[in-house]
Amino acid sequence: MTGSGALHILRGGTVIDQSGTRRADVSWQHGRIAEVAESIDPPIGSEILDASDAIVLAGLVDLHAHLREPGREEAETIETGARGGALGGYTALVAMPNTTPAIDCPSVVRDVLAMAVGVACEVIPSAAMTVQRKGELLTPMGELAAMGVRIFTDDGDGVQDPALMRRIMEYATGLANSTGGQPVVLAQHCEVAALSAGGYMHEGEWSSRLGIGGQPTEAETLMIVRDIVLARRTGAHVHFQHVSTAEGIDLVRQAKSEGLNVTCEVTTHHFTLTDAACASYDPVFKVHPPLRTDADVAAIKAGLVDGTVDAIATDHAPHEPHTKEAPFDQAPPGMLGLESAISLALTELDLPIERIAALLSWQPASIAGIDDRHGRPIAPGEPANLCVLDPNERWTISGAAMASRSQNSPYEGREVRGRIRHTIFNGEATVLAGEATQ
Amino acid sequence: MKDLLTIDDLGAAGIEEIMVTADSFAEVCRRPVPKVPALRGKTVVSMFFEDSTRTRNSFDTAAKRLSADTMNFSASASSVSKGESLRDTVETIEAMGVDAIIVRHKSSGAPQQVANWATASVINAGDGWHAHPTQALVDAYTIRQEGRSFDGLTIAIVGDISHSRVARSNIEAFGELGAEVTLVAPPTLLPSHAEKLGAKVSYDLDSVIGDTDVLYLLRMQRERMDQALVPSLGEYHRSFGLTPERARRLPAGSLIMHPGPMNRGIEISPEVIADPRVRVLNQVSNGVPVRMAVLYLVLGSAAQDRSAA
Repeated sequence: MTGSGALHILRGGTVIDQSGTRRADVSWQHGRIAEVAESIDPPIGSEILDASDAIVLAGLVDLHAHLREPGREEAETIETGARGGALGGYTALVAMPNTTPAIDCPSVVRDVLAMAVGVACEVIPSAAMTVQRKGELLTPMGELAAMGVRIFTDDGDGVQDPALMRRIMEYATGLANSTGGQPVVLAQHCEVAALSAGGYMHEGEWSSRLGIGGQPTEAETLMIVRDIVLARRTGAHVHFQHVSTAEGIDLVRQAKSEGLNVTCEVTTHHFTLTDAACASYDPVFKVHPPLRTDADVAAIKAGLVDGTVDAIATDHAPHEPHTKEAPFDQAPPGMLGLESAISLALTELDLPIERIAALLSWQPASIAGIDDRHGRPIAPGEPANLCVLDPNERWTISGAAMASRSQNSPYEGREVRGRIRHTIFNGEATVLAGEATQ
Repeated sequence: MKDLLTIDDLGAAGIEEIMVTADSFAEVCRRPVPKVPALRGKTVVSMFFEDSTRTRNSFDTAAKRLSADTMNFSASASSVSKGESLRDTVETIEAMGVDAIIVRHKSSGAPQQVANWATASVINAGDGWHAHPTQALVDAYTIRQEGRSFDGLTIAIVGDISHSRVARSNIEAFGELGAEVTLVAPPTLLPSHAEKLGAKVSYDLDSVIGDTDVLYLLRMQRERMDQALVPSLGEYHRSFGLTPERARRLPAGSLIMHPGPMNRGIEISPEVIADPRVRVLNQVSNGVPVRMAVLYLVLGSAAQDRSAA
């Protein structure tokens, strides 16, 4: 691939973005889209990429990825995580702050940004709401927001203390409304620790049968209720992460109908798997929040259809293979997700590709505050952050084949429809013909 | 049958086969030299990641009476305390050449995982809250000794059902044999969707006891008080314990059972322990012939023929 000075052309594809669907070739140069037209005549020296029978979309944006660096590089690094993201069509990943050290201060943010230079996606650090994610003291949100951090989350845990959560929301609202104001999003991992304690899967018929401690639905819904009530008072933008329960979706729907500034995401595993998968006791199916019931899956799908859900996120959570070979209760929770997300969405959801693209690209871009450069309309002058999806290619998911340093995909052996052919990040191809370029 | 992980692995036919085989091994156990060469040359290792004298000794005796060689592995004494993972431990043991691994572990599902990694046969000696199939077989055998049919027999299992692997396996075994099982406990000690386990549910022992053919008492652990599951052991005893008054209302021909060890004054009043309907010692002595039957069915020549076929 020659330098970005050459003109690049995606030929023969169908472009789908916020404005609709059209058969068009797309060209770009110096990292920006030059032309979108039904047929572009390739000048001499241009690079041509085949997009025939494929769909050209804005590069995907993941609101929720664990890149493990700094601190757990054996499981994943920013580089390997980004490579996996690119293979899944992503051009931007919001990195979760539960690293070691946690991303809770400007110096760690700077460190993460430095390590993200030259990798296959743009890495957007999120920062913790509380120091070291301990749920006690506020992080320097003003300073972090001034550096460009938009999403604050203690992900991995929810903030347990309601009085503290109130203050976080009030402080965040102040930041949003001050001169040169930086809007911030408080992303909550809704899990009331007192209720989820001793629970390793969903509390229900399966946990009873398998003899494994369960996390009840209420561990999630009670915190959603609490934060909706507090958001009503403070006006803060609360984004509910990985909503896994039917009741949770209902609560968000009600809050939105009231006009509250709340958003939510769901993960691919929460609309494709249920707690029945845990019957094998394979810890690859262990995740927080846990896989739940058919009724919860149905409600999440309904929420994706009716617009209650704003984004599909992956909660990509790599773990070294030997850690997932421990007994179920002892193994760490979490599953890979970056390379399989769009394929699972296409295969399992009864939604047109435009809607899937919205849920995976421009809607999450807006929540992350990066919609000035990701999830953009595919039009001249826009940054060349694109992915090319072959909607008909069938392939079989394999954890071992993924770019991740880890292998913990719960979809081992599952056949899906839809595969990323090329991914373009800032005008450079990070994936060509299904292979990572770096 | 390569592994015995849960009662479901056996079905009614498998349970019956073990009962009949246990009868012949019970006869062996009564001989002056209680030994047969059925498993000579086989190596059986007990991998106990959780303390247990009773079950471990029962299996050990059973294996030796079948002339098998035995190895014992206890977690605290082993490299698990040095950080060796479960899988590594299994592969190390297998490398020494074993035919069967008997696993007890505090984590539900561990024997299933061991069976996935091991070529040796795996027998579950109790995993977390999930299953204790040999205990259920011993209990079924003990009831069968009385000569009553399981069909329509009313069995009440009383106590901390949610944390009990004995209860789960007994529900499966007794249900498979045609008995009618009722779980008796306060709501806090019942698992979610308890009715889906295949038994009836009652919060009131007094309303059930007059119609009970077999009263099966579970051990109540003291920690449950600290977890806000019961207000006190005294209250538990008053509401769910087998007191002399309840023993009088229990039908004369009923059986009283307990997997042991008993907490005097909690599940059962001390005065009731001497009641002639109590079958706890039979349960203990039946442990060896039943486990001999299990080992024989998993490792004996018939099993070999079957796997070679």
